[in-house]
Amino acid sequence: MSELSWWILGACVSAFAIKLCGYFVPRRVLDSPVMSRVAGILTIALLASLVTMNGFTSGQDLVIDARVGALAAAVIALLLRAPFLLVVIAGAGAAILLRATGLAA
Amino acid sequence: MPDMPRGKLTPATRMGLSIAIATGLYGISFGALAIAAGLNLWQTVALSALMFTGGSQFAFIGVIAGGGTASAAFTAASLLGVRNAVYGMQIKQALRPRAGQVPLMAHVTIDESVATSLAQSSPAEKSRGFWTAGLGVFILWNLFTLAGALLGESLGDPAAWGLDGAAVAAFLGLLWPRLKGAEPILVAIGAALVTALAVPFTAPGLPILIAAAGAVLYALAGSRHAPRATEHGRLREVDGGKP
Repeated sequence: MSELSWWILGACVSAFAIKLCGYFVPRRVLDSPVMSRVAGILTIALLASLVTMNGFTSGQDLVIDARVGALAAAVIALLLRAPFLLVVIAGAGAAILLRATGLAA
Repeated sequence: MPDMPRGKLTPATRMGLSIAIATGLYGISFGALAIAAGLNLWQTVALSALMFTGGSQFAFIGVIAGGGTASAAFTAASLLGVRNAVYGMQIKQALRPRAGQVPLMAHVTIDESVATSLAQSSPAEKSRGFWTAGLGVFILWNLFTLAGALLGESLGDPAAWGLDGAAVAAFLGLLWPRLKGAEPILVAIGAALVTALAVPFTAPGLPILIAAAGAVLYALAGSRHAPRATEHGRLREVDGGKP
């Protein structure tokens, strides 16, 4: 195997070990009232952070492009109580439309 | 694995499938880019099957494509994967897995499966959401990685199909039901701002961890008052629950 292959294998093992780490935190610790509050707040923060990462960043740059339109379309769909799949389709559709019309990159 | 109700798909299953399709298709661009970065077919396929965390995979091939060393690619990928440890804790608390389930669960612990699971309210739906999104993304991500690696760049950029718009809409759709009350909304806005501020100044993968750390500190600082508030709530209920 080439050197690169060994590094790839190592990185795969590392990724799995990191994933496994979280599961080794004792349940007793996870079940305390403080931890359930932390878990609730943390979930919201992680999701909001993922929205930001997926909506406004490109590598280490903050960018405004067609994805902002996708986000706006998703907000409208959610306000209209659209089902989840429709929200996702609205996001894709808005991005396609904005790029096709040249309104956004 | 969860019992699937017969006939009809539950909301969590539908969410998981939508996310699996939107995310899985991205595997095409990973496959094509990995080959373009100089990896061979087996190395590309191994990354999707064994590493299986999109951000880290893109970081790995990104460093290689930019002329970086394999050890730098290893470090970038590992750093970017640290959030999966936070996810593991969340999923362990929410799904209470048996020990035997943990290795497979850990392997499919990624942004999409965790987000789909935590967006549900009942334990059964949390479980269905996790497995549908986790296994769904795994299958499609690997199939499309292979397709992308074989067909190369002739397939073009998934952004042209609006898949990046689909991804951001999906994550917002998962966050939305949780934004009930002032505190969740403020936490979400705070986390989004911290992430945006951190992006230009920190290595990829760190902004989400900084936002997570901030959220934990905030939750711990506020928890000192939490027990009393709960007691109060209970007392009011005991009083007869009348206004």
